[in-house]
Amino acid sequence: MVEMQRVSNQVDEREDVPAALTEEDVRRILRSELEHAATRDAGTKTATFIASKGTLDWAYPPLILATTAAASGMETSIFFTFYGLNIIHKDFERLLKVSPLGNPAMPMPVPMPNFVLGLPGMGPVATKMMKAKFHRKNVATITDLLGSARELGVRLIACQMTMDVFGYEPEDFLDGVEFAGAAAFLAEARRAHVTLFV
Amino acid sequence: MAEIQIKEDAVLDARGLLCPMPIVKTAKAIKELEPGQVLKLVATDRGSVADVPAWAESTGNELLEWHEEGQDFIFFVRKGDGS
Repeated sequence: MVEMQRVSNQVDEREDVPAALTEEDVRRILRSELEHAATRDAGTKTATFIASKGTLDWAYPPLILATTAAASGMETSIFFTFYGLNIIHKDFERLLKVSPLGNPAMPMPVPMPNFVLGLPGMGPVATKMMKAKFHRKNVATITDLLGSARELGVRLIACQMTMDVFGYEPEDFLDGVEFAGAAAFLAEARRAHVTLFV
Repeated sequence: MAEIQIKEDAVLDARGLLCPMPIVKTAKAIKELEPGQVLKLVATDRGSVADVPAWAESTGNELLEWHEEGQDFIFFVRKGDGS
């Protein structure tokens, strides 16, 4: 009798499983749970970037990503450290240059050996060429991107330590720039799913 | 292709602009609309074909339809309740 009962229970359970919860149900529930979790999780709406390079070409990626993140509804900040400080310096137009030296990937109108690119005057020529190319292609300028970043509420944060090392003062930077250190970046980064070092 | 008639409430001309400007300007234009209203975006940036749907999904706005017209990519985005 006991044996019979157990057998019959097993049969019942097997029959119940598909009726109660199909694979599709599980997928649907999982999907909606994930969606709920994503809306509850502030990390999905926070992005923080480190901008560490101070050349004209490398000023673009952090600014492009940050403006896009902010335009996508994310709370966004950029920490500018080391040479990246150039990007938010009041004199960024003059400071941001391109160096063709040691960059074999840079497209050149004619192939040039690397030592030629190190000759005086090649840097300004490369900078001019890149600015002209960007202008022709209608790429936003650094001024445009900084303007959009500020309009979208992107926080621009200068690394205090590297400012001290390079001898910069707060007034050397654009209005609205904040000043902080590694702990402030990490506090932001630990609650952001998007953190990138550029 | 079936004829689709969508009435837009605002038009954003982003022709000639490259990444990230079409998205930055779209976000700004959508902000000025009421939920349910439709923005027509005209762009020439080939990247917008991937970027506009991705942006719409992550911001809770609905991409109703998009198509090519000559050099232009035309998107209709309905503002969601969230943004």
